Amino acid sequence: MRTVRIIPRLDIKGGNLVKGVRLEGIRVLGKPEEFARQYAEQGADELCYMDVVASLYGRNSLLDIIERTARAIFIPLTVGGGLRTIEDIRTVLRAGADKAAVNTGVVRTPQLIADAAQAFGSSTIVVSIEAMRQRDGHYEAFVDSGRERTGLEVVAWAKRAVALGAGEVMVTSVDRDGTGLGYDLELVRSVANAVPVPVIASGGAGNPAHVHAVITEGHADAVGVASLLHYHAATSIEVQDAHVNIVEVKRHAAAVSPMDLATLKAYLTAHGVLCRPATTARAYV
Amino acid sequence: MSERESITIIDYGLGNLYSVQHALHAVGASARVSSDPSDIATARGLVLPGVGAFGVAMENLRSRGLLEPLVRAVRSGVPCFGICLGLQLLFSVSEEFGAHAGLDMLSGRVVRFPGSVVTPEGAPVKVPHVGWNRVTFTVPEHQDARGAPSPFDGIGDDAFCYFVHSFYAIPNDPRVVAAYAEYASVRFCAAIAHEHLFASQFHPERSGALGLHMLKQFVAYVQSL
Repeated sequence: MRTVRIIPRLDIKGGNLVKGVRLEGIRVLGKPEEFARQYAEQGADELCYMDVVASLYGRNSLLDIIERTARAIFIPLTVGGGLRTIEDIRTVLRAGADKAAVNTGVVRTPQLIADAAQAFGSSTIVVSIEAMRQRDGHYEAFVDSGRERTGLEVVAWAKRAVALGAGEVMVTSVDRDGTGLGYDLELVRSVANAVPVPVIASGGAGNPAHVHAVITEGHADAVGVASLLHYHAATSIEVQDAHVNIVEVKRHAAAVSPMDLATLKAYLTAHGVLCRPATTARAYV
Repeated sequence: MSERESITIIDYGLGNLYSVQHALHAVGASARVSSDPSDIATARGLVLPGVGAFGVAMENLRSRGLLEPLVRAVRSGVPCFGICLGLQLLFSVSEEFGAHAGLDMLSGRVVRFPGSVVTPEGAPVKVPHVGWNRVTFTVPEHQDARGAPSPFDGIGDDAFCYFVHSFYAIPNDPRVVAAYAEYASVRFCAAIAHEHLFASQFHPERSGALGLHMLKQFVAYVQSL
């Protein structure tokens, strides 16, 4: 039985944790490091920071967050958002990230995957695919936070990315992200069955049964979770300078039943999915 | 620890050197990253990290003049901790991309996980093995002559550590195996303890509090000599 990873995904804008619905409609929830620390203590298997608006100003604050996280949290950290060149990737890895997630940069320049795999090792390169279901049932890859179409069919692109050297593939359903309506199982399974490397499913978890389904039916090797955890954690973390009312947030994502990571993992374990127990995360503190 | 007494993390161009360094600092050790052979010769303890290809690693160690100082230091009794590829390099040969000779400090070979294993639900078991996995620590029969505790002492059941690898080592002498894990229907060597030579297939610097605990015990071992 393989052990599945549960990965809290934190979208970051201007130094804040944010969350949108269908990759837009951004709401500020608080400081990423506080959420990250809580998730690490509760048994997160990895963390993923996605820089939602990648600008020069935004990049510096992101690097600070990466450095602070890497000194305090000793679990793998993936960072993505606006990485366009080998130097961009090197910069986040040097700051303390273990893996770099790339999307737009490698759609525009697929050779970047091969160059980065050569320079840093395949295991450090995660190709991130944002997928939108088309009328004919196929899935098309999008870039720029789900705004621009690429004409690339998702499974074919995933296979090509892996052939070029991607160590993992992360698949996000743009249609489902933030809605709490569940992962797109067909999308995830089609990619998971097509590539020989681990596949991380992202986008759509509203309750633990969704996470269970994307593992057992979607064949995901790892699961990215955002709203499901953030909306719960946000109620206990002091939110300073937040321009958001949690009640307002919940109205946008009514189908999300927030819970903490330990409860999520306990659910999965009780339903036959092997994951690192949340309790052992504290054993040696 | 003073400069002369520090741990040297060997930089041969591969591996997440700085996360290893951060982790050692977090447990109170003074650790330097270095590709200078004299820093290997004067170190009180060594860490051999590694992520990437076996053949490239051996070539890098050789071309940077690090191979002989490393082997000499270990043979003279300097404690060494190998991580991930750093465990595999200790062995005789690897089957990655042909056959490559390793450091041959331990007799055995390195082979790839099978690529066509499927779970009962029909999900493919992927290679590389990426993620946390249960690690069962055994009591090695080769204890250090002074009875000093190894980094893997006292770790109970239900230990989970973080792995990223496509290959695993098969030691000829099972007594050097300090821990086992299971993946793709293979029960494989997850850690090594042989006199003052230790290694883990998993990444202790990415294995949360448990990993830091093992690194802390390695530092204590180094300081006890």
